[in-house]
Amino acid sequence: MGALEVRNLTKDFVIRNGFKKTSLRAVNDVSFTLEPGKTIAIVGESGSGKSTVARMIAKLETPSSGEILLDGTPSAQRGASLAKYRHDVQMVFQDPFASLNPFHSIRHHLERPLRIHKVARTQKDVDAAVEELLTRVNLTPAKVFAEKRPHEMSGGQRQRVAIARALAPGARFLIADEPVSMLDVSIRLGVLNLLARLQREENLGVLYITHDLATARHFSDEIIVMFRGNIVERGPSDDVILNPQHEYTKLLLSAAPDPKNQGKLRDEVRNELASTATASGEATAVRDRFGTAGL
Amino acid sequence: MSTSTVSARPAGDAGAGPGAIPVLTASNISIEYQVTPVVQAVKDVSLTLHRGEILGLAGESGCGKTTLAYGLNQLLKPPALRTSGEIVLHDKDGHDIDVAALSGNALRAFRWDKVSMVFQGAMNALNPVISIKAQLFDVFDTHRPGMSRKEKTQRSRELLELVGVDPKRLDSYAHELSGGMRQRVMIAMALALNPQVMIMDEPTTALDVVVQRGILREIMRLREQLGFAVIFITHDLPMLLEISDRIAVMLQGEIVELNSAEAIYAAPAHEYTRKLLASFPSLTGERGAFVRAGGDTEDNTGEVA
Amino acid sequence: MADDIREAQAVTPAADAAPAASVVVDGLPPENHTPGIEPDVPITSPDAFAVASTDGPAPKRGLRAMLPRRSGKLIVGLALVIAIIVFSIIGPFFTQSPTSTENQQYLPPSSEHWLGTNHLGVDIFAQLANGGAGSLMVGLVAGTLALVLSLCFGIIAGYVGGWTDEILKFITNVMLVIPGLPLVIVISAYLSTRSLWIVALILGFTAWAGAAIVLRLQAKSLRSRDYVYAAKVAGEKTHRIILVEILPNLLPLLAANFLGAVLLAILGEAGLSYLGLGPSGSITWGTILNQASANGALAQQMWWWFVPPGLMIALFGCGLALINFSIDEIINPKLRQAPAAVKSVRKARKSRATQRPSGPSAVASAPVAPRDDEKVKA
Repeated sequence: MGALEVRNLTKDFVIRNGFKKTSLRAVNDVSFTLEPGKTIAIVGESGSGKSTVARMIAKLETPSSGEILLDGTPSAQRGASLAKYRHDVQMVFQDPFASLNPFHSIRHHLERPLRIHKVARTQKDVDAAVEELLTRVNLTPAKVFAEKRPHEMSGGQRQRVAIARALAPGARFLIADEPVSMLDVSIRLGVLNLLARLQREENLGVLYITHDLATARHFSDEIIVMFRGNIVERGPSDDVILNPQHEYTKLLLSAAPDPKNQGKLRDEVRNELASTATASGEATAVRDRFGTAGL
Repeated sequence: MSTSTVSARPAGDAGAGPGAIPVLTASNISIEYQVTPVVQAVKDVSLTLHRGEILGLAGESGCGKTTLAYGLNQLLKPPALRTSGEIVLHDKDGHDIDVAALSGNALRAFRWDKVSMVFQGAMNALNPVISIKAQLFDVFDTHRPGMSRKEKTQRSRELLELVGVDPKRLDSYAHELSGGMRQRVMIAMALALNPQVMIMDEPTTALDVVVQRGILREIMRLREQLGFAVIFITHDLPMLLEISDRIAVMLQGEIVELNSAEAIYAAPAHEYTRKLLASFPSLTGERGAFVRAGGDTEDNTGEVA
Repeated sequence: MADDIREAQAVTPAADAAPAASVVVDGLPPENHTPGIEPDVPITSPDAFAVASTDGPAPKRGLRAMLPRRSGKLIVGLALVIAIIVFSIIGPFFTQSPTSTENQQYLPPSSEHWLGTNHLGVDIFAQLANGGAGSLMVGLVAGTLALVLSLCFGIIAGYVGGWTDEILKFITNVMLVIPGLPLVIVISAYLSTRSLWIVALILGFTAWAGAAIVLRLQAKSLRSRDYVYAAKVAGEKTHRIILVEILPNLLPLLAANFLGAVLLAILGEAGLSYLGLGPSGSITWGTILNQASANGALAQQMWWWFVPPGLMIALFGCGLALINFSIDEIINPKLRQAPAAVKSVRKARKSRATQRPSGPSAVASAPVAPRDDEKVKA
């Protein structure tokens, strides 16, 4: 079983403003190798380029330079080579409300990849495969769920359908672009656990794109931290989180809320204000200015 | 309500410190959506907000937290209808204002003056076609008709400075500002009339963590300096734990638990609170405590029925 | 599965209004998307509930959700349109030949000639019944042609983008700025003999540009939906994405455009015929009007000659417009929901007010406690 390798991936977006053309480098020289059975998390804020990396690997964007190699061979952006690539590399999108077509039943969403990639040919095989997929993502009774429409399901259920769709062609690599950030907090872990179980059982390679450091740490083997298109830090997930080297990683970590710190921010600010000698005087001054005085 | 409620206390006061003075009391609020069938969005909720306090309102989508916030400020739009409940604002000067009975001009005069709001989507809440300055002036024109142009400009500059935005930005339009700056401007607008209560509906959820942190600090600092009380609505329980004095957990239109942040974390009484807390893995805690341990059905990790 | 039911309430509105503000569960915007993706759906009301169950407890599925709901407008519109179509199909079997000149000329309405006869002694009722087919045929053909052209120019331009888009958009814009009726008049005047088909084609060919622009924008916005990307990742071919993933979601819009084009063509044909530039040698409602006007029906107050065809055109147009209004309500649910919401709240308030006697005591007794609390401390 080969790996999915990304070499020196770079993406420039051209922004046309009237006659002026400016180029924006969204991703700069990103390389990594995703092995089957491993999870790599790409962590970053909006504008870090992490989603662009995901979209390039999903072949929704064409890299400006660099290569994506599957089992050591580069793949084209079109034709039979792309079809083969899509068979192996699939994607789960961020917003389960947008990634399922409101017009079609769940069955349609699962049936299409099965037929396109010739996983099942006869109607009977397809029906069986659809049911099996739904069962694998714990949407049972599968027969009932298959006939539903997306708007009849909750966010968590929709995301499970999206995962099932990604698995349908028999994918070996899964790109999960913020797969739980649009879901209610209490169902997030369920979806992540599902991904983890599938990965374990089917030896999937998972690229987990997220802004959430905590789940990145617990869910992945390796973490890549991106900032403005560049990789600023990478390493085994515990090392990156517990012993960050780069300033930006440290900043991210310090900004992430941790349930263990009740009242931390509240008291921090209070102490800061108290410690500055003039703080109390200043506070009254401000309060006066914005209180009765002036208005 | 929470099990730790002392019997002498009014409903919705659990977990408050001894010297707390109420500023907003809401009792037995019920809000329905008049659709067929009628949806009970908020069921018999009682809350007491104290001066200078940050009260966190935690819950997931559809739990009624936003509806409750709109209800507190008489902002409900059809088909939402408050079917019962009293909302009383205990004004600084000692008067009690029956918010529920306000309407028309009295309500308009009350709204931004005593209780202001910061909405989730600053891009939608700010008017895209007029400048920040014009929007701030609008607030003054409505509520402080006596102010001169110079005073208004002066005050607007002060406000932006207060929230950490360069006063030069006064002439900017909403789309020219970054997400964080927009949200700061929203807070400045909410501060404009020096309200006693600010209701913040997911003010930072659309922002990156670093920016979010900065804005939360700003809110904390302003609260210390100006002494307003905050109802902070979010689904992000860890964040609430870091900033709130007290936290109310909402589920299906009801407040299932209300207590101090410390108590909520140390001894969550309601099953749903425990479930919510368990949904946020600790950043630095034991690795792998939750993932890869099976249990990936929605019944196991899904919402409490 | 209790959680499903609970969440479903909050989730339903998302069906037609994808990532609107209320649906952003944890507020994270769809970040890092390609430029040009914007929420292209109306923002729903503050809380998800608001729009949720207006549809009733059972959410409608797929195609059914796209059918207009039964309303006064729809029923009247359908009744008018169907009645006129049926009249135009069945009518000719029960009337004289519309070309027979054996009757007396200029007869007023009678039991024998319901709408009298014209200057040639032709039964006007017979003309009316037979002219319907002509007018409707022109409408149908022109409407279909306009629909097909607007689909080609709109959807392909919007979906494919790039140079294709630029070229198709340019053609569309040119067609849009050419004033329609004068062009039609010039073309019609240029052709010495005009069959119904020619007139229909001319009308259809000049009426598609407006719809194409709307469809282009819609297709552009649908193209950047995640479900279209998901179909791409799944390996779907472009034509299948357009036909199977995008087009069905545009059905209400297409229907509205089609009805609009039909209406425009029928009116256009009537106008052309009235000017004497209509189909030569066939009977339509427009040609009846033309003959009536040419023979001074108005001056002689022979209302039975010009009112019926005019009324037929007006009623048919009215019917189509009414159907279009109810289709509009599917495309933009707010048109229906906002007034309904206000009504339901008013009703609830009223019913509550009548129960008042038992109310106040319960409310008043509840909460004044905190004030005592404060006094004690103060």
